[in-house]
This record gives sequence, C-alpha cells and structure tokens, in this order.
Amino acid sequence: MADKIIERLNEVFQNVFDDEDITVDRDTTADDIEDWDSLEHIRLIAAVEREFGVKFTMKEVSSMKNVGEMIDIIAERG
Amino acid sequence: MPKTDFPFDFDALTDHRKRTKRELINDGSKRLKKKIAVLGGSTTNDLIKTLEIFLLAEGIEPEFYESEYNRFWQDAMFENAELKEFSPDIIYIHTSYRNIASFVPEVSDSAETVEQKINERYSYYEKMWQKLASDYACPIIQNNFELPPYRLFGNRDCYDIHGSVNFISELNRRFSEYARNNQGFYIADLNYVASCFGLDKWFDNQAWYMYKYACSLDAIPSVAYNLSHIIKSLFGKNKKVLALDLDNTLWGGVVGDDGVEGIEIGEETATSECYKAFQEYVKKQKSIGIMLTVASKNDHENAIAGLNHPEGVLRPDDFIVIKANWETKDRNLVATANEMDLGVDSFVFADDNPTERALVERSIKGIAVPIMDSPADYIRTIDRNGYFEVTNFSTDDLKRNDMYKANVMRSERSTEFADYTEYLLSLDMKGEIKPFSPVYIQRITQLTNKSNQFNLTTKRYTQPEIEAVANDEKHITLYGKLSDMFGDNGVVSVVIGEIKDSVCDIDLWLMSCRVLKKNMEYAMLDTLVSECKKRNIDTIIGHYYPTAKNGMVKNLFADFGFEKIKEETDGTTEWKLSISGYENKNNVIKVNTEE
Repeated sequence: MADKIIERLNEVFQNVFDDEDITVDRDTTADDIEDWDSLEHIRLIAAVEREFGVKFTMKEVSSMKNVGEMIDIIAERG
Repeated sequence: MPKTDFPFDFDALTDHRKRTKRELINDGSKRLKKKIAVLGGSTTNDLIKTLEIFLLAEGIEPEFYESEYNRFWQDAMFENAELKEFSPDIIYIHTSYRNIASFVPEVSDSAETVEQKINERYSYYEKMWQKLASDYACPIIQNNFELPPYRLFGNRDCYDIHGSVNFISELNRRFSEYARNNQGFYIADLNYVASCFGLDKWFDNQAWYMYKYACSLDAIPSVAYNLSHIIKSLFGKNKKVLALDLDNTLWGGVVGDDGVEGIEIGEETATSECYKAFQEYVKKQKSIGIMLTVASKNDHENAIAGLNHPEGVLRPDDFIVIKANWETKDRNLVATANEMDLGVDSFVFADDNPTERALVERSIKGIAVPIMDSPADYIRTIDRNGYFEVTNFSTDDLKRNDMYKANVMRSERSTEFADYTEYLLSLDMKGEIKPFSPVYIQRITQLTNKSNQFNLTTKRYTQPEIEAVANDEKHITLYGKLSDMFGDNGVVSVVIGEIKDSVCDIDLWLMSCRVLKKNMEYAMLDTLVSECKKRNIDTIIGHYYPTAKNGMVKNLFADFGFEKIKEETDGTTEWKLSISGYENKNNVIKVNTEE
C-alpha cells in the first residue's frame, strides 16, 4: 500500500517540479528539492489532492514535515 | 502540443505546468514580447503562471511585474521606481470580493451613509486608475467584483441598501460606467467568470485563509483564460473568421443524403432547436464583424439548398466564401484564406467531425479548432474560448462583411477590363489622406496591431502611443481612407515618419490587404513627399524588417524608386529617397477632393 502511494507521489513530484530525476522517500523534505518553496508547496498540495482524491485540512498542510507524514495521511484516508 | 483551450486540461495547466511552459517556449513560434504588470489584492503567483501559459499559446511572450501581496493600491499611488523602470505594456489590477468585504455598509447605516460609503470605495479605485493612466499611458485591465460567499439578508441582499449583493452590484455598475467613458480601460468580468464557475466552487475558504488566494486553485485557469482574452485581443491576436462545416454542424443530418426536407433545423425537435440556436449565435457573430465562411464536403448545390432551408437563420449571402466540394478541408481553408487575403491562422474551424478537426489541426499551424461534440454545447465551447473577444469596437467592424463582399464584386468586375489602369479608373476611387485625427485614433491603433502582411516594420502601438506621435511636431503622421463605387473601405493605410533635421525616417508603413493593387500606396507616398516638402525635408529613409508574414512588401521601396543603402544578413534592408524632382505616382485615386 505505502509503496504504491510513494510511486504515485513520485510522479506527482516529477510533474509539479518538471524534473524526472526526482525520487522521494519518507524522509524527503522541502530542503531536498530546489524549487520546493512555499508557493510551489501550494501547487504540490493541490496536485497531491487531485491525484489521490483527498483534501488535506489546514492543520495538516501547515504541520506536514516530510513526505512520510504525507503518505500516512493519504493511507489513513484511502 | 499540450491543450491550452476550453474545456481545460487541468494536468497541462496545473500539475504539468512547468513542462507545458517548456514545450510552448520550445515550439519554434515567434512571439510578441510584452510587459505585464499585475497589481494584486490577493496572492497572484498562480494566476500569473497560468496566464503565462495561455499567452504563450496565443503567440505572446509575457514578462511580469508582480506587486507584493495586496499592495496594488500603494504600488499605483506612490512613487514606484521599479514599476517605472519596468515600463509596462499593460497593467492588470487583480482585486476581488476579498478586497471590499470589510467595506460593506453596516445594518445601522442611514441611506446617506451608505451612499457615501459606495462613493468612497468607488473613488478609491477611480483615483488609482487615473494615476496609472497618467503615469504609465498604457491599457489598464481592472477586475470587477464577484458576488459574495454569503447573504446576510437572504434574497433581500440584492435590493436592501445594506446588502452586500446590492453594494457589489452598485460598485460594478460604476466600474462599467468608467470603462464606457474611458478609452484604454477594460473590465475583466470576474463577476461573470465566478458565476460560470459557481460560487460554492469559486470560494475556497481554506485557500483564502492559508494562502490568500481570492478564489480556489481550480478556478484560476478560468480567471487567467478570461484575462488572456482581453490581453491577446489588445495585441491583435483575435481570430477574424469563423469557418463552418454544414452537415451536423449548422444543421442535423446530411443534406446530400436526407434532402433539404430531411435535415434538422427549426423548432420541431430538441435537436433542430439546438441547430437553430447555433445558427442564430453565428449570425450574431457576423453582426459584430466576424467573417463567416463554409468548409463542407458536399455538392455545392446541396450546400446552398441546405442554407436556404425555410427554418434556417443563416443564408448563403451571409458567407464571404462558400467552399462546398470534395477537396480536403485543410486545402479548402487555405484557399479561402488566400481569396480573402488573410492568414489562415486567423480562422476558427468549427466541425462536428473529429477526423476533419484532427486533420486541420495537424496541417494548419495556429488555426483554432474547438471540440464540437455535442450540438447543445456548440455555443458554449466557442464562447468560452474568447476567439473574438471585443475590446475595441469601431464602425468598421460593423461594415467588415460588406467590405469583403464588395471586394469579391470588384474582382469580378476586373475581368471585364483588358487594361488594369482603365479598371482602376472605372472604380471612381476617392482617397482621404491626412494627419491623424482623434476620430480615427482607435482604428489606427487597431491597424498597427493587426496588420501583418503589408507592414514594413511591424511596429505595434498602444492608443496612448498613437496619441503621443499624433501630437508631436517631430513626427509626420498620415492615415489613408479609400472609397470607391462599391463602398467605403474606411481607414486602410497608416504611415508614421520621424523627422530628424532634413530627413524623414519611416517608423511605420502599413496598409490593409483589402485594398491591395489599388495604387493606394502610391497615393500615400505622394502625400508623404508633399508633407516632407512643406517641412523642408529633402530625404526619406525607409526600413524593411522581415517577418514570417510580410514578404509581399520586401521590394516596396525599390518599387517606390528608393535606393538600397544597407542590407543585413537577416534580410533587414534600409532605403533612401531624395525627393527633389519627385513626380507623383498615383493617377487613379482622387485625393482630398471633398473640401
């Protein structure tokens, strides 16, 4: 399950940042991806929401620290 | 190529936006470079990036100035060196309901107080527009306001003086009034866009509180697309022609198989109503100057019979060119464009058949091919794509169809004469060639932005720029109008020359292709020379800057008797004419005879 999610997430990241070399893992944070600033974060969240058909709460968006936490929320909702 | 029209491909516009941008930039198109200042009342980052995609797709490469969050008013009203330096071609003010929510009158306010609050809020914006117009002399696009997310008074909100719906409607009314009375000022109708989108989907409160987005992320393509229509229209990128298929596009059924009595159009069935409504819509497009043509696989007589269906709205003479034959559609469209002296990229091709659409889209670069799958949605698809966005509307637009029709008659007449000069004389042409005057400023600006073929420098001007050269002693300006026995063509040629001591350097020389081969260019030159002589100018310098479209005027200056003095490797040439001993070249058009 979690593997499947990370695969799909990876594709979302690649599309949003237009970089096919991106590989994310649970520990990936905004510091690891050059273009991942606060504005791109909005875009990323929207793309993830569209991909998985979920909606993050305000609290979740502002408290997510890494990709792992994102995966956990998606897994919980899915 | 990524799909960048309506209905939207959200992947291309949002999730894959970076790639879409990269692909557009690398597609080899030549684009106009324009500077756009976005003064925002909310976060504008995503709006700008999405707008960029739409403009790139329209052949415009934008460079943006973006105000800090919610600093639109300060940016406009106070000393702003950065914006001055940027020197915008267009200023867009992205304000919304979020910027006026806290100014809605209190329930306890008296009628006078309410009136005063509306006046105050309106003049806050009006002062800003006036300041921007005087500081930057470029077109201004201002959003109006969308309806509110809730109504304190319920339905009463729309008429009670304390209601927010009433407050917004009143402000919007005044904004519209300002737009009506001020040239170079345009409203982006956010109110309509939001209504189309649906207010509940439009307002994403979470996106507001977290990111200060005035509307939801999903609504941004609609907002940006609507805005891109105004911008591309101002820079001469509107479509001009609607080329229509017949069977299952203008009526239901196949006229060749079903016969005229068998096709569906009228009030009889739901399907026939769809087609009638679409024909009415197309006829309205014609009334605002959009030119109609037919591209149909049919025997010509069947096509004409179908267009004469008693319940139909469009008639054969509503079309400038009717191609109903068995040639492929892409060839027919190119032939039609040639007959009309227009670029085929100014065409919209409406056809219900996906195979025909794919063929045309693949073989003709720049043509618009809307997806026409369901007859009930034909109107919406064409409407939302904003192909014919009306920003400036002149009486010429109203007459355009007649003028092109008259052209067809002229060319028929020309076959009656053995000698071409004799034919030209028989047209009884009258020209009016004079310095720019205020009544024609709008038309002149329009011509500088949309003439591509007979245009030596392809220099584009905004209306304030045209006004500035018109009032400058260091410039010679001329517009040329031409009429003949078949009708008035209106303003068809524009020349701007800059005076440098005893030299006149030609910045702009253009002519509408609808008056090609009438010797109008000679009449313009004659007048330019005489204007130069009045000012003791002895030399005229001309330039030809090659583009993809202006090959027809490559040798114009040679034809005029200029001497080539420079030629660059890219084909740019410079020409010189000494005007002592110049003899008038036009002897078929009577110029300025009517006073």
